[in-house]
Amino acid sequence: MAKLNDILSPFTAWKHVVREPVTIKDPLNREAADRYRGFHKNDISECIGCGTCESICQNAAIDLVPVDGVETKDGDSGLRPRVDYGRCCWCGLCVDVCTTNSLSLSNEYTWVDEDPDNFRFVPGAENKSWDSREKGYKKPGNGYELYNPKREAMEELEPEKRDQSFIEIVQGYSKEQAEQEADRCVECGICVATCPAHMGIPEYIKAIRNDDLNEGLRVLYDTNPLPEICGRICTHKCETVCSVGHHGDPLSIRWLKRYIADQNPAEEYKKILNTENLQPTGKKVAIIGSGPSGLSAAHYLALMGYQCTIYEKLPAAGGMMRFGIPEYRLPYDQLDKDINYILSLGVEIKYNVTIGKDITLEELHNQYDAVFSGTGLHMGRSTRVPGTDHPKVYQAVDLLRDIVLGKEIPLEENIVVIGGGNVAMDITRSLARLQKQKYGKVGVLATSLESEDIMPADREEVIEAREENAVIDPGWGPVEIETEGDKVKGLHVVKCLSVFDENRRFAPKFDEEQKKFFPADMVVESIGQGMDLSYLPEAFKEQLDMDQRGRILVNDDFQTSAGWLFAGGDIIQGPDVIHGIANGHKAAMGIDKYLSEK
Amino acid sequence: MSKKLLKWNEDRTLFPEKNSEGKIDVDYDSHKFMKIWHGPQHPGITGNMSLELTLLGDEVMDCETHVGYLHRGFEKLMERRKYIQCFPIVCRVAVPEPDFNEYCFASAMEELAGIEVPEAAEWLRTLVLEMSRLQSFLAWMGGQAGSLGQGIIGQWTIYLRDLILDRFEELTGGRIYHMYMLPGGVRGLLPDGFRQRMTENLDEIDRFMKDVKKVMFDNAVFKKRTVGMGVIDPAWIHPFGITGPNARAAGVAKDVRKDNPYLKYPELDFEPVVGKDSDIYTRADVRRRDLLMTVDLIRQIMAKIPDKGDIRAKTPNVLHWKVPAGETYSRAECTRGEYGYYMVSDGTEYPRRINVRGPSYTHAVALLEKMIVNANIADVAGLMVSLHTYPPEIER
Ligand SMILES: Cc1cc2nc3c(=O)[nH]c(=O)nc-3n(C[C@H](O)[C@H](O)[C@H](O)COP(=O)(O)OP(=O)(O)OC[C@H]3O[C@@H](n4cnc5c(N)ncnc54)[C@H](O)[C@@H]3O)c2cc1C
Ligand code: SF4
Ligand code: SF4
Repeated sequence: MAKLNDILSPFTAWKHVVREPVTIKDPLNREAADRYRGFHKNDISECIGCGTCESICQNAAIDLVPVDGVETKDGDSGLRPRVDYGRCCWCGLCVDVCTTNSLSLSNEYTWVDEDPDNFRFVPGAENKSWDSREKGYKKPGNGYELYNPKREAMEELEPEKRDQSFIEIVQGYSKEQAEQEADRCVECGICVATCPAHMGIPEYIKAIRNDDLNEGLRVLYDTNPLPEICGRICTHKCETVCSVGHHGDPLSIRWLKRYIADQNPAEEYKKILNTENLQPTGKKVAIIGSGPSGLSAAHYLALMGYQCTIYEKLPAAGGMMRFGIPEYRLPYDQLDKDINYILSLGVEIKYNVTIGKDITLEELHNQYDAVFSGTGLHMGRSTRVPGTDHPKVYQAVDLLRDIVLGKEIPLEENIVVIGGGNVAMDITRSLARLQKQKYGKVGVLATSLESEDIMPADREEVIEAREENAVIDPGWGPVEIETEGDKVKGLHVVKCLSVFDENRRFAPKFDEEQKKFFPADMVVESIGQGMDLSYLPEAFKEQLDMDQRGRILVNDDFQTSAGWLFAGGDIIQGPDVIHGIANGHKAAMGIDKYLSEK
Repeated sequence: MSKKLLKWNEDRTLFPEKNSEGKIDVDYDSHKFMKIWHGPQHPGITGNMSLELTLLGDEVMDCETHVGYLHRGFEKLMERRKYIQCFPIVCRVAVPEPDFNEYCFASAMEELAGIEVPEAAEWLRTLVLEMSRLQSFLAWMGGQAGSLGQGIIGQWTIYLRDLILDRFEELTGGRIYHMYMLPGGVRGLLPDGFRQRMTENLDEIDRFMKDVKKVMFDNAVFKKRTVGMGVIDPAWIHPFGITGPNARAAGVAKDVRKDNPYLKYPELDFEPVVGKDSDIYTRADVRRRDLLMTVDLIRQIMAKIPDKGDIRAKTPNVLHWKVPAGETYSRAECTRGEYGYYMVSDGTEYPRRINVRGPSYTHAVALLEKMIVNANIADVAGLMVSLHTYPPEIER
């Protein structure tokens, strides 16, 4: 028998008859929670089209597509994500991984449309009612990162340990550090387009993660035959566009490259790169200058079987990489490692031969099937202010070259350097080291037209120069170098108010009232370099296509109008090693095309 | 009242004798037998699976369970997905309790990779797992009552469940698929005012559960249909791998939260809920008390959860996270018992093998087939719901 209670108790339910109903009257207009993951929003002016959202989406709901009004440029693919709501599962991983934080989800969850194709749209580019909604899901804070935004710190020699020697400052990554750093890459490849040589950056970074450094080396040599060098001193434009840098530190792409090169022993290069048996074509190419453009051309031509001979004015190879860049940034043994490998492919160098003096261009033309010229910029420019013709006023590039050649250079206790670029920093820091060695103290000051915020030198160069006790006092225009007989007294300057006009043209403005005097026993000018094309005979020059400023014109293959003469590096494009490498590579392909068609 | 399997008709002379294999010889030509399909579309079937029943009169003579209607190939799919890409997949393995998938997947990965999850994230995970249990018990409660003819309980408990889904929505950004516990941590701290709203919801649940007790449990009809019915013999617990309330109602105090403590459970005060009689009624009552204990646990957790702190550990870049080679099994106590992920990594960016242990596999297939024989057709749904099974976790 059931208990009475069990019969009566269920009637309790009746008391709920008089309760307020709990249902929502208008469910279609119920606003979702603040964090609700609804339809996408994208700030397309922030988005760079890196496609990281696309690669994390396991539903393949995101495609990157061209969008009106968005242009492809450095650091921006010009594409924007399009979301397909037939596939999206609203996980929001795309939001979490978005490198620019441009992507978010609104808290809107209803969207009624009769055309099924409309459920695919480009957030931010196609207006939607929820674009203006503040609420919705955004990438969480509180230590929530799907990849590490912080760069692996690089060990560097402390100022006290480096200020009197030319020992390399940057110590390089250990295996563990390199792998940690490589792990941060999101493999978007946005850097590849910006790198002048279009190096396979994500691929070689991946090789580090896979600890397959032989593969890494192969990827490097596809586009760059000077990886030890570039791994140290490249201007690394790639890093300025690295998508990880939008909300964190960019990948240290340059140092990862160095890590790969450092870890591969020189003796094994030929085996790893499969260059032990190159098939000769029987054709010969002459190369003028052993700078990066000449070396790169020689390397890729040698791979294609051309017999290359480099003619070099100086007693050692490398151009400005050896005779400009100081040893503390680029040690000679590393420079030689790259160069010797190229020579091992059968490339020959004739040192101490100046084309136009010891051999004429005409002679080269007659003896070789094609000629590549990469003679660089080696003539220092002068400010031409009164006093610059004094014998104690020097050019930075001349001094740097003489230091490398082991010549005794003039070294006073008080030196003023005019210039605010990287070359100026190189000479300033080199002189500071030599002064410290000779006098036990540093007495060098560098000044530039540009104020501190717009100084062209890299920030770390300025910081490190100061750490080494050089004085950097930017924002002054040189007026006159005061001299007395065979002595220099110093440099008179006035305040520089601005360097460029509204059209970004060089038109410095000064405040003549604000004056300063920098006492010095010698002055070094470092305001830029010019080219010396005197090896081109006048008659030949007249036939050659050149612009008004006397620069040789070339086509996409870096071929001049003379057909047999190709040119690259600083005399064509510049201003750095990687452009020289890219030019040399393209010229090598151009020469191959030219000679195969001939 | 003697304990029995759901044996309806006491007069066994009406029924054919079993053969040496313990089965009866079915001769359809005799027109005594009938074969019917219970499911896959049947409101009394939990989820999409079907029972192929052989009936004699209204008594079940034989049953074969059929699954496969929901097979989505998740385990195989995950072998072709990077680990992070499995994260939005796993919650779909068991729709009504997605969070156990998220937790077991994440913690298996964390164990293989040697990653320690921040304190705040551990608490938040504990909270979410208990919230998940709570809403799942509430849904089940409606199902159990409904399968035995009581519509009203479902209306109440689904309302209560919706309150918890509201809290899920504001904490995780999703109502059903929360995608909140990802490898390394969680995706957000408690929102402002969350505690207050949660406390109100828990009070409301307490209030309603008193009426649920009166209307559903102190109910002559419900008792008549469940007391002494569908008994699980304690001797089956081990061989059948029975866990959770199905085991506890038989007096076996199995609870992963105690037996194999994880997250913040060691800092919470609770004892596994056990029963004695192992029939449908006892299982329902164990779940009711378990539900109330979960309400209490949530209150305890809310008092301890930090408002600040990191929510995710530093991990390798998820886009190419190579989990160190090895294997592990990670488990947690869901409403149905032991939920687990067996994970094998070969050291690449992709899992080599992931195997999901959903308790429904044993409960809804082997155990059900055994228990259902001799049940009355009208009790099949009630019996099945009393095992609390979710077919999606059978078919991964
Ligand atoms: C001080 C300094 C620091 C720099 N730092 C960096 C840096 O950190 N990173 C970077 O990327 N770039 C740097 N650069 C720029 C970089 O060095 C040059 O852009 C690059 O070397 C140019 O390469 P190139 O192939 O045009 O020729 P160069 O390197 O200039 O080499 C030209 C070669 O041709 C030889 N040559 C010239 N005329 C003749 C002739 N008639 N006959 C035979 N041989 C001849 C020269 O002796 C020289 O060896 C720096 C430059 C300087 C001056
Ligand atoms: S990850 Fe972000 S920045 Fe990159 S394409 Fe997607 S939305 Fe744009
Ligand atoms: S290095 Fe930076 S820009 Fe290049 S692929 Fe990696 S994340 Fe993208």
